[in-house]
Amino acid sequence: MPFDVQSLMPALPELVLLAGALALVLVGAAGGDRVTEFMDGAVILLLAVAAALVIWLPGERLTAFGDSFVLDYFSRFFKVLVLVGAAAALFMSTDFWEKERLRRFEYGLLALIATAGMMVLVSASDLITLYLGLELMSLALYVMAAFDRDNVRSSEAGLKYFVLGALSSGMLLYGASLIYGFTGTVSFAGIAAAAKDASTGLIFGLAFLFAGLAFKVSAVPFHMWTPDVYEGAPTPVTTFFAAAPKAAGIAIFVRVAIDAFPGIVPQWQQIVIFLSITSMALGAFAAIGQTNIKRLMAYSSIGHVGYGLVGLSAGTIAGVQGVLVYMAIYLAMTLGTFACILAMRRNGKAVEEIDELAGLATTQPLVAFLFAALLFSLAGIPPLAGFFAKFYVFLAAIEAGLYALAVIGVLASVVGAYYYLRIVKIMYMDEARPAFEAMATPLRIVLGVAGIFVIFFFAYPAPIVAAAEAAAKSLF
Amino acid sequence: MNPDWPVLSVTIFLPLAGALLIFLQQGEDEATTRNARYIALWTTLVTFVVSLFLVAGFDRSISDFQFVESYPWLGGTFRYHVGLDGISLPLVILTTFLMPITILASFGVEKRVREYMILFLILEVLMVGTFAALDLVLFYVFFEGGLIPMFLIIGIWGGPRRVYATFKFFLYTLAGSVLMLLAIMAMYWQAGTTDIPTLLKHGFPAGMQNWLFLAFLASFAVKLPMWPVHTWLPDAHVEAPTAGSVILAAILLKLGGYGFLRFSLPMFPDASEFFAPLMFTLSVVAIIYTSLVALMQEDIKKLIAYSSVAHMGFVTMGMFTLTEEGVQGALFQMISHGLVSGALFLCVGVIYDRMHTREIAAYGGLVNRMPVYAAVFMIFTMANVGLPGTSGFVGEFLTLLSAFQVNTWVAFFATTGVILSACYALWLYRKVVFGQLEKPALKDILDLNPREVAVFVPLVLLTILFGVWPGPVLDTSAAAVAALVQDVQSALAPAASSLVQIH
Repeated sequence: MPFDVQSLMPALPELVLLAGALALVLVGAAGGDRVTEFMDGAVILLLAVAAALVIWLPGERLTAFGDSFVLDYFSRFFKVLVLVGAAAALFMSTDFWEKERLRRFEYGLLALIATAGMMVLVSASDLITLYLGLELMSLALYVMAAFDRDNVRSSEAGLKYFVLGALSSGMLLYGASLIYGFTGTVSFAGIAAAAKDASTGLIFGLAFLFAGLAFKVSAVPFHMWTPDVYEGAPTPVTTFFAAAPKAAGIAIFVRVAIDAFPGIVPQWQQIVIFLSITSMALGAFAAIGQTNIKRLMAYSSIGHVGYGLVGLSAGTIAGVQGVLVYMAIYLAMTLGTFACILAMRRNGKAVEEIDELAGLATTQPLVAFLFAALLFSLAGIPPLAGFFAKFYVFLAAIEAGLYALAVIGVLASVVGAYYYLRIVKIMYMDEARPAFEAMATPLRIVLGVAGIFVIFFFAYPAPIVAAAEAAAKSLF
Repeated sequence: MNPDWPVLSVTIFLPLAGALLIFLQQGEDEATTRNARYIALWTTLVTFVVSLFLVAGFDRSISDFQFVESYPWLGGTFRYHVGLDGISLPLVILTTFLMPITILASFGVEKRVREYMILFLILEVLMVGTFAALDLVLFYVFFEGGLIPMFLIIGIWGGPRRVYATFKFFLYTLAGSVLMLLAIMAMYWQAGTTDIPTLLKHGFPAGMQNWLFLAFLASFAVKLPMWPVHTWLPDAHVEAPTAGSVILAAILLKLGGYGFLRFSLPMFPDASEFFAPLMFTLSVVAIIYTSLVALMQEDIKKLIAYSSVAHMGFVTMGMFTLTEEGVQGALFQMISHGLVSGALFLCVGVIYDRMHTREIAAYGGLVNRMPVYAAVFMIFTMANVGLPGTSGFVGEFLTLLSAFQVNTWVAFFATTGVILSACYALWLYRKVVFGQLEKPALKDILDLNPREVAVFVPLVLLTILFGVWPGPVLDTSAAAVAALVQDVQSALAPAASSLVQIH
């Protein structure tokens, strides 16, 4: 059969990223650390080109590689999120590496490869592609976590992430092989056709598959790595982890559940509800005692994954739409928050204790104002964007009749509000400490954009809500 | 008759323009501080004037929503939909009327004035928006949004235990409200819309009404506050800066009462009747218990805070009689309490600014040095007691009257609360104002300055005016309240007749 280049079109953005990565490896190998600046610029440019291609590619639903790779509105939505998240995290990292004298060309490259992995993951429509994308992403992320290799905490974070990640990949593969054994196919559509009723073997496979995915999105009880890795990894890497891979993980979670197992919704619904409730509760309660802001954000991210999964629990179009809106808004909030965390530098050193923020409202009023807006938004207080994120997922949960889940969820959000408020209190109500160093321009830009987004989302929410609706419908 | 410009939206969002102007003023020097104060004052004054267009254009004879504006918002059926009827208009005017007064009263604030004024202006937007919203989601956004500025106002400019108080305020209110949010969502899926005028006619199934009622109760009972979830209020009031206390007592508490009138009664009539005994019990307990607690207070603000809880007890009691007098009385009591409790907190603020203590024991004999102040304080104390001739009397009288029709015991116990309120209010007044001026610290205390007189004059005038002529408020709300009570009663009528058939 003659090879038709046209058939690769749906994967064009990924191909551009990977070809770029290969070319940049050569550039890096030849130029060493002298080309770092060029490298970072080139990577961000590649990500922008890929985003343009994702939006530009025609048609409602395109497939490639024998239907194992799909480009629909759902994957487009998440690809844009992933690309924006990765580019913004990379954009913010340069200044940190510069100041810490860690600026190496490999970082941008690793970020690029991880992003390509996420793109494949989001588009996966069989279990093999899923695993390929997942591992391409994860392997690059393990290295990134240990990027500050002379630092014990960073190497520890990398190793911990790698060992636990390998374990979870093993579980995922075990689940995938069980599913293959009981359905005779790896494609999501084939599994959906075969899995009309729930055989015990299939349920086993499903549970293991979901355990592996839950690890990647750090849902309780597979969250153990998150606080240590978030705290130990250099802050720009934490920023990267918190944004794009989270979105990609949730994307494939939703796609597997909805695309591959529409016939046994009640079975996986139980699992997702359990993950969701435990994540929301642990995220809310465990964050209260934290003093390190990166660790706190780790628990916060666990909680937010729980809220995102509330939408998936519903298993309806409204639910998936809720997840999509949630992830888009969460991405903006988390990037903005990490811009503030990256800006916490005093006397040439990064500081990470929450108390260091004391009196930020008097030393840097504008930064404190935007940070406070982001925190209120993370807490889900209207009229900020975070409220609408929660609104859509709980709306779906109520529609599906999951009242207990919704009540537990909103009460957990009240508990969670406490620790976000505590940061606001430290910034606005405590005695001022000496000012931080001036904020780097990339951080200002990201914080400004994220702040404006969460504050003014309510005024014109239609584009994101409509795009999420179109994306959700493309799955059903 | 609607004017051809969006007068209601302008009223809602005009303060935002002032907040933006202040936001653009950079620097912490004397000039920017003064600018911030005057921009805030003028913005709120202009907003008040604009809101008078609402009064002028309002047609008292119809019960429907007026000044309606509706635009697409969140997609689907969630719309930006605002409008006023006879129930919300008085509360909107109360808000716009009190704002310039509170801004003027906080000219003494020296710390971070720009942020202070910005937060109050934003708070005004959210409060007026809450009363005007005709979409449940929009209502919730305004309703909850008010927590953010209030959290900061208490937390930054409050007293020594401000952090504790502001967290308690925030988390209590939030916990109540999120349950209401879920109820709103359930209503959306049941009725297919969150449009309030549509929902008012919808008629929810009786079994569902009870759950929805309880969820809304969780939110409004905390906000109002009702006994036993009132404990955040004394803390918040004591620690809040004067203007914060005024807004809290005068307007934010009314959001709860307004919520009952707008949602609980007309949308869940069966549940309202079913839970009326519970509401009566809680109201009576609030009236008697918090009055007794008020008797024991050593802090002036705390005493007034507890008296607020007691007065809100009359509001809930009046409403759940489900009669026209009761609802009218409850609404009037809210307006009157807004004026009187706000004024009382301002009175406390006056002496607190001078002496920096709120201990009742630290005062005594103020009448010797501050005759004007003593007179003003006297008027509002009497209004708080509910003396005929003041606005406080009308609301208490109407609510008690309606309670007598429905349940004599409720009325009997509530009336003892009136006596108790006289006890604590007069006791407070005697301790602070009368007697010999013995405390050395008080020897040089000064009477009201012109700015403070300007603050109190409009409040005194309205308190007495509404006491002798309550018409402006009652006539405005009459049509809407009559329609509301009629809807509730007609919704209950078939249920009652079906009961008759069964027996």
